[in-house]
Amino acid sequence: MKELICIICPRGCRLKVDDNLNVTGNLCPRGIIYAKTEMTNPTRVITSTVKINSKNAVRLSVKTAQAVPKAKMFDCMRELDKVMVEAPIHIGDVVIHNICETGVDVIATKDIEE
Amino acid sequence: MIERDLVIIGGGSAGMSAAIAAYDAGLTDILIVEKGRQLGGILNQCIHNGFGLEEFKEQLTGPEFMTRLAVEVKKRNIPIRYQSNVLDLTKNKVVTYSNAKEGIVKVKAKAVILATGCYERSAGAIQIPGERPSGIITAGTAQLYLNEMGALVGKRIFILGSGDIGLIMARRLTLEGAKVLGVSEIMPYTNGLNHNIVQCLHDFDIPLYLSHTVTKTYGKSRLEKIEITEVDEKFNPLPGTEKEFEVDTLLLSIGLIPSNDLLKKLGLPVSKARGAIVDEHYMTDIPGIFSTGNVLHVHDLADYVAAESRSCGKGAAAYVKGAWNLDSPSFNVNPGNNVLYVVPHRVRLANLDDHLTIKFRVNRPLKNQVLTFTFNGEVIKKIVKPIIIPSEMQKVRLPKEVFNTQEGELIVSSEDRT
Repeated sequence: MKELICIICPRGCRLKVDDNLNVTGNLCPRGIIYAKTEMTNPTRVITSTVKINSKNAVRLSVKTAQAVPKAKMFDCMRELDKVMVEAPIHIGDVVIHNICETGVDVIATKDIEE
Repeated sequence: MIERDLVIIGGGSAGMSAAIAAYDAGLTDILIVEKGRQLGGILNQCIHNGFGLEEFKEQLTGPEFMTRLAVEVKKRNIPIRYQSNVLDLTKNKVVTYSNAKEGIVKVKAKAVILATGCYERSAGAIQIPGERPSGIITAGTAQLYLNEMGALVGKRIFILGSGDIGLIMARRLTLEGAKVLGVSEIMPYTNGLNHNIVQCLHDFDIPLYLSHTVTKTYGKSRLEKIEITEVDEKFNPLPGTEKEFEVDTLLLSIGLIPSNDLLKKLGLPVSKARGAIVDEHYMTDIPGIFSTGNVLHVHDLADYVAAESRSCGKGAAAYVKGAWNLDSPSFNVNPGNNVLYVVPHRVRLANLDDHLTIKFRVNRPLKNQVLTFTFNGEVIKKIVKPIIIPSEMQKVRLPKEVFNTQEGELIVSSEDRT
């Protein structure tokens, strides 16, 4: 039996996972998926910023569109350092395709018009 | 003098949500006064995930969450004055603001909503002994520098206080290449959300020192070293438990305080949550002046701010239209055993739609509790809670029907389960 705190939402459910990956303590179905992934291949969504060429901002906030393997977090950060985007850019626009071969895109999380 | 039905001070999640709700309730003559260059307030620098699950049923970052609200504000063509500071607010609801374009402007409003958010407790508030070099700053300031300006505040960092911003910055700074040596918390429990302890500290093996505080700072021009010490239950440092860390930066995440200067100017009383005393629609003792969001009480989630502020905006619209009977009877809501504060403080049942939302915090971590709502001596609702902590705001909806009279007192308490 392992105890986990669910990180999917700020509620932070206290989960229990047994050896057969049966999950209890979750208040929603996402907790089950989280616990199973956490026990087998933990993943995290990365939120960060990249440089932007714009009149109004020097950084653009971005995120990985899905969670990436936890072990690749620092590799992804290094890739983000290399990027410079141009305004205008909008929420959901892809900033990096398939970052570090994870199959996951990095997307803008803010609208910067000029 | 310019006249407006509603002036909203602050264009963050509270101000925007209130504006949208007031507009949709038929009050279209609104002005938002915002001190920044853009809408969204502090959400602009909160680039992390965890917003929107309540409001939009999906996981959003701060900028995405605030953009959803800003799009709605702009759709309604609600005018906004950017980079404008409110200098004064009178009991007659005259708002004075200034900006570079217009100079000083006075607006006479029928209703005013204070939605000015909160600020961080700073180093001066806790009097750390030692020298005063640079490198001691609040976690939110470091967040602004990093996320909006791209500047890392230090390379070796210690964090005092386990509030959520500090935890989130521990992860952010680590990902950006800084070394975070630890987080100390003077209380025997953390003040941050559990999910942040896991994904911000455990993920990066950052130690959390509970019942520890910073007892000394060293450094001439820049911070060089700090000392932390374990404390007893009365927060007195225990000699012999000192630990030293060589760091160039000490971040403070030691609490948020409602930005209530305007409230104090009006001579209004301040609640235990350091905000206004308000009724069921978040109106203060001065008819037509409202307060909502983090300026009323510091929330855990922007989602809760948005929900509260919608109710406030709707209330302000009803007030301006004269839909309310302000003379109808009311009951008081007071904190009982183990409860730190309750919002709202006064309820006119006649003005409620269908239910009353009570928000409160307990004053310390408790186990095996029954949240108990006692109305004029009679228990009207009980909720069993195996674990309850101060950093998780409790939010309970009570249907209007549970109140058998319009006057008296509702006491919210947390009792031991027997």
